[in-house]
Amino acid sequence: MVLGIWPHVRTETNVNRIMYTVIATLIPAALAGIYLFGWSAIQVILVSILAALITEAGMQKALKQKITIIDGSAVLTALLLAMTLPPGSPWWMTVLGSFFSIAIGKQIYGGLGYNPFNPALVGRVALLIGFPLQMTTWENIHPFLSGADVTTGATPLGVVQVARLSHKPVPDADTHQFWNMFIGNTMGSLGETSDLLLLLGGVYLLYKHYITWHIPVSMIGTVAAFSGIFWLIDPAHYANPLFHVLSGGLMLGAIFMATDMVTCPNTPKGQLVFGAGCGLLTVIIRMWGGYPEGVSFAILLMNSLTPMIDRYIQPHLYGAK
Amino acid sequence: MIIKGKKFPGGIHPFYGKEFTQGGATETLPLPDKVIIPLSQHIGAPCKPLVAIGALVKKGELIGETTGTIAAPIHASLSGKVTQVAPSPHPSGNQILSITIESDKQDEWIGDFEEHPDYLNLDPDTTKKIITKAGIVGLGGAAFPTHVKLNPPKDKKIHTLILNGVECEPYLTSDHRLMVEQPQEVIEGLKILTRILGIKKAYIGIEDNKPDALRIMEEAVGREGDRLVETKVVELETKYPQGGEKQLIQAILGLEVPNGGLPMDLGLVVQNVGTAAAVYEAVRFGRPLIDRIITVTGRGVMQPKNLRVRIGTRVEDIINYCGGFAGEPGKVIMGGPMMGPAQFTLDTPVVKGTGGILIFPKEEVSIEESRACIRCAACIEACPVGLLPNMLSVTAEVLNFTEARKYHPLACIECGCCSYVCPSRRPIVHQIRHIKMDLASTKKKVVMV
Ligand code: SF4
Ligand code: SF4
Repeated sequence: MVLGIWPHVRTETNVNRIMYTVIATLIPAALAGIYLFGWSAIQVILVSILAALITEAGMQKALKQKITIIDGSAVLTALLLAMTLPPGSPWWMTVLGSFFSIAIGKQIYGGLGYNPFNPALVGRVALLIGFPLQMTTWENIHPFLSGADVTTGATPLGVVQVARLSHKPVPDADTHQFWNMFIGNTMGSLGETSDLLLLLGGVYLLYKHYITWHIPVSMIGTVAAFSGIFWLIDPAHYANPLFHVLSGGLMLGAIFMATDMVTCPNTPKGQLVFGAGCGLLTVIIRMWGGYPEGVSFAILLMNSLTPMIDRYIQPHLYGAK
Repeated sequence: MIIKGKKFPGGIHPFYGKEFTQGGATETLPLPDKVIIPLSQHIGAPCKPLVAIGALVKKGELIGETTGTIAAPIHASLSGKVTQVAPSPHPSGNQILSITIESDKQDEWIGDFEEHPDYLNLDPDTTKKIITKAGIVGLGGAAFPTHVKLNPPKDKKIHTLILNGVECEPYLTSDHRLMVEQPQEVIEGLKILTRILGIKKAYIGIEDNKPDALRIMEEAVGREGDRLVETKVVELETKYPQGGEKQLIQAILGLEVPNGGLPMDLGLVVQNVGTAAAVYEAVRFGRPLIDRIITVTGRGVMQPKNLRVRIGTRVEDIINYCGGFAGEPGKVIMGGPMMGPAQFTLDTPVVKGTGGILIFPKEEVSIEESRACIRCAACIEACPVGLLPNMLSVTAEVLNFTEARKYHPLACIECGCCSYVCPSRRPIVHQIRHIKMDLASTKKKVVMV
């Protein structure tokens, strides 16, 4: 007979199940990326995952730890990273990003659970800093399913930035364009284009209770509100808030990255603060920063505040005055 | 009228497994060949044995005398010969001084007890004395001596009694069956308790997964009319740990017991429905507490049952009566799956606080390795007390008890919700108990210095 401390029953949810479920909810948006960008996208995804698995297994072996690549967390990080990269990124850049994500973003701290920053974003930002050009140009794309028209030219946020830097009015978008941005028929990083499919994935995660609404709603809401204020004041030089909400990596970031359990605050109130901070920083970087997109930096910066938020915002203790 | 309870924060919805036994009428276990009666079956100081090896005892005879005020005396549950007075396995997992009695098959009571057909007209002090002498403790599991709760300090003005018929532990149905089969005894117990406390208000809390118990108790209350103080039956959400004393108070009255305080600080006394029935039997018939209803259940036993068994009956005798194990046993638990300790021997006896015996077959016992906390916050959401179980867990893991104390370990009610939900399978309750033990040991050191 077996002993063991109570409780003697446990929920069925375990770490592996959470990781693979999140991976599954990312797949529709990733498939949209493959549809749009073809082989180039497939290559980025596969290279990223393979590099992550090898890095994690290699480091764990070197440090004589238990090898845990089966738990799905490395695959999830690699997939998330791939989705933030331009399709057609050279393979060595993908490998480097994936290595950074796992080695510097996660294993160096002791592995899953101990990392203070979202590992996928650590990899992405390392690449953004190291290879700004490659990270913001869209080349070598070989679609095989979709027409080629969306795969040329700049991203919507890129267009806005160019206008801003040359002090020209920002181009206004029409309903048709907004719709295209929503369903994903637009230029962008591999897996960030289809807001619709990302939202669907998010709804499923909400239903499974692997994320809560607090971060996505407060982050997206803050982006809309904050960018909306400027748009109302000066619509010629500031983009429509709907444009801010639908473009770039906001959906991907708000639903799948800012909500990363390991690196976001623990309490609903803390998460609202965190999400609002992410949203605010995103808009600030987009409007006044050197990069067209600010989601990654915003989330990483807020990650660094997570311990502080958790210290100051704690649940109500039963019976406390 | 049945009123609806409020919500308490946190909690979980595990598999309840009540269907195994909730419809089964309570049977009485036939006289066992022997009983092993531990001298500590309550919170507080253990009793002192009054009999030695070779002594002949009768059913109901006092065999363990209290040594402090927070304690309850212990009685023989059958007639026969004392064959051993020695430390034996106790459901808690410790070895506790126990008295083994081998049955003489006569099953004779020790003389006639003083009955009180007019029990409602006794003066409170006499009633309290009867309850103290009968050795009644909280039958809901905590086993706190009942008479202590009935003697609040003078400065605590008690105004309300809450009867706990929640039975939120999965699988257990003994309180459920008691309310369905013997509602009147619960009501008479309630009358006695309210008279002792001199109060005008009572609640009976029952989870909404026991609609028959809710209806029957409501009818029983209705029949009494003016003979009862103002009594409301409260239908509570089915959610573990709804039956935790503090959660129950929160769900019925919307009040929180002050941190570090007791229900009596709010003017409340909470008693289990089984305790109320035991109070009635003791006061009306003058008999001590020598048996109780337990639930024998789980997929690991052939015939799950609700059983009235004598205190001291060995687990093995009970399982045999229920048709033996079904398949290979994996775990035998005294109590429910959330808070019951697992047993390493079938010699363990039923004690006053035992609500059931749960048997899991081997296939149902999985041991998953625990791993690093992924900060998913599931434990925080599940904690009914508002603690940060993850922080308690990670600080205890690295034995940083100084840090751990900042996270209010003493407020933990050890309900196990946090461990239940943890996807990393961390033994959180165990770690919190570790912190508490460390706290207790340093306190002692301070006293000694
Ligand atoms: S920390 Fe204590 S009170 Fe909170 S869920 Fe865990 S065992 Fe229950
Ligand atoms: S449930 Fe487990 S993994 Fe999740 S935060 Fe709590 S301790 Fe960590």
